[in-house]
Amino acid sequence: MEKKSLFDKIWDAHVIQSIPSGPDVFFIDKHFIHEVTSPVAFLNLEKRGNKVMFPERTIATPDHNVPTVDQDKTIKDQLSRMQVEKLRENCKKHGIDLHDLGTDHHGIVHVIGPELGITQPGMTIVCGDSHTSTHGAFGTIAFGIGTSEVEMVFATQCIMQAKPKKMRITIDGELGKGVTSKDIILYIIAQISASGGTGYFIEYAGSAIRSLSMEARMTICNMSIEMGARGGLIAPDETTFEYLKGKQYSPKGEEWDKAVAHWKTLQTDEGATFDVEYHYDAADIEPMITYGTNPGMGVKVRGNIPTTDGMNESENKSYIKSLDYMGFQPGEAMEGKKIDYVFVGSCTNGRIEDLRSVAEFVKGKQKADNITAWIVPGSREVEKMAIEEGIVQILEDAGFKLRQPGCSACLAMNDDKIPSGKYAVSTSNRNFEGRQGPGSRTLLASPLTVAAVAITGMITDPRDIIEELVQEK
Amino acid sequence: MAYDKFDVLTSRVVPLSSENVDTDQIIPARFLKATERKGFGDNLFRDWRYDKEGNPKPDFVLNDPTYSGKILLAGKNFGSGSSREHAVWAIYDYGFRCVVSSFFADIFKNNCLNIGVLPVTISPEFAEELFTAVEANPEAEIEVDINKQTITLLSTGKSESFDINSYKKQNMKNGFDDIDYLLNLKEEIVAFEAKR
Repeated sequence: MEKKSLFDKIWDAHVIQSIPSGPDVFFIDKHFIHEVTSPVAFLNLEKRGNKVMFPERTIATPDHNVPTVDQDKTIKDQLSRMQVEKLRENCKKHGIDLHDLGTDHHGIVHVIGPELGITQPGMTIVCGDSHTSTHGAFGTIAFGIGTSEVEMVFATQCIMQAKPKKMRITIDGELGKGVTSKDIILYIIAQISASGGTGYFIEYAGSAIRSLSMEARMTICNMSIEMGARGGLIAPDETTFEYLKGKQYSPKGEEWDKAVAHWKTLQTDEGATFDVEYHYDAADIEPMITYGTNPGMGVKVRGNIPTTDGMNESENKSYIKSLDYMGFQPGEAMEGKKIDYVFVGSCTNGRIEDLRSVAEFVKGKQKADNITAWIVPGSREVEKMAIEEGIVQILEDAGFKLRQPGCSACLAMNDDKIPSGKYAVSTSNRNFEGRQGPGSRTLLASPLTVAAVAITGMITDPRDIIEELVQEK
Repeated sequence: MAYDKFDVLTSRVVPLSSENVDTDQIIPARFLKATERKGFGDNLFRDWRYDKEGNPKPDFVLNDPTYSGKILLAGKNFGSGSSREHAVWAIYDYGFRCVVSSFFADIFKNNCLNIGVLPVTISPEFAEELFTAVEANPEAEIEVDINKQTITLLSTGKSESFDINSYKKQNMKNGFDDIDYLLNLKEEIVAFEAKR
């Protein structure tokens, strides 16, 4: 029998038709939408006189441009308000479930999908957002699409896709103390570059991946797109089932047993082949931080910015342009650089586990005076848990400002902007020029590293503080 | 939605050699707040093109009157990052019909093909040659022929072929998009869905 990868199994089960030397007609199980990439799709759908074919397969929430304060009031920014109102109107008209601002399950689309149990192993999931890859943590094929494709999914629940090539990244061994899944993914991207995954769908495997929680797995799959891959997935296991059990949309009773029996078959067959394979040792991974303007430009927090040795003219030009933007020099050490803002949040690291780890770290400490610290929970559910667990109190005592759920300063579509020229160490996913506001300078890192930076006011390896704590005890 | 048919495009070229140009540069997030597809070309490369006060930055290629044309010649890994189709809308709305690069990001390339901007992938060597030629002579013209799947620097006759799958090629030539095709499969889709 043919040996298949997990990716093959899910992909092949969703192909309605294969066009010779063309794309596959690919069926989509779940479609998430938000206010920014859906309005033109609805507009064109209506212009052509089409209807949403299976409205129950689409789930909506406004997240990208919403304010993170005063969510109970009318949105002040006129254009943002219009987009959110358009989403409400479209969902009502087409019979689509909307998790609106202020409701129990409002939040970032990639946080609420898993939280509600909508995301389940073996599914195909798309959204007009490249971080849809997050859902791959559950053993799903999940990826971002453009607005034309959003319209296709509305009209036909299908898109036309050529099957990507397959890559497997295996990480074995044990992670050191203070090293998190964010460091794993920043390490991988630094190894294979911001374009090294282009044309591929990734399976993450190995004992280090297996040992991670669902939240941590989501962080890894989330950033698959940052190496150019369409998405990344992790085979479901007991950790996955445990997470999904009892969630609102998870199967119940007999249906649950049947589902789990099926989910257990969603594994890559022994002997299945991949177009490319990479192997890494978890013990080699340390806390990571980026220094440039794409997520592949990352080094150990204790490392130095690479020099231009060995670069060709065109690489050199782009590299220097990037460092100029950041105000850094080749060869400089990262540790000790002064920082102005920290941001904890986004679909990458805005889940409860992330807030817990920051709270545990900063408990009883104070943020540095030069730091403005923003914490934005990924959803209302995360916010509620953070309040109940006393996390919010700890963070506020430490001088962090807790805001309401949304994408916030990750892409700065709302008012949560880092001022021009200022440095932000951020748990988000992109350090592009101006990503967190025009002229802003972003350094990506794990929630733990962000917490360490908040305390010292400069780039700091979280292990320095963890070691201090151990000594004090 | 339907777009202009693509056949043979002969045009001067706007060169942008930066590598890893992400879609946040092509169109920053704060310009994604429209509910209609209108006017995105004005904000194409907004923060590279204009300063904080909205004055054109003279050193940016779109503000350099020496260069014009319907072909954007771009550096390696063009269009990375966000899936925003708005990036391609901005490119199309500005007047480009074709983007040439030695390497495209995946979602961006898909988005191009879905709205009628032809992404042409060429070898790094040919890309280097085109950049040099256009720099030496900004009036140099390139011919992109979708039928023959070739791209030619007219001044030297140097040519390279490019890949496009036959389905997408037909779409581009006829100005069709995928919805037309998918709607014809309605029965198959309904039957498939019923079994899930």
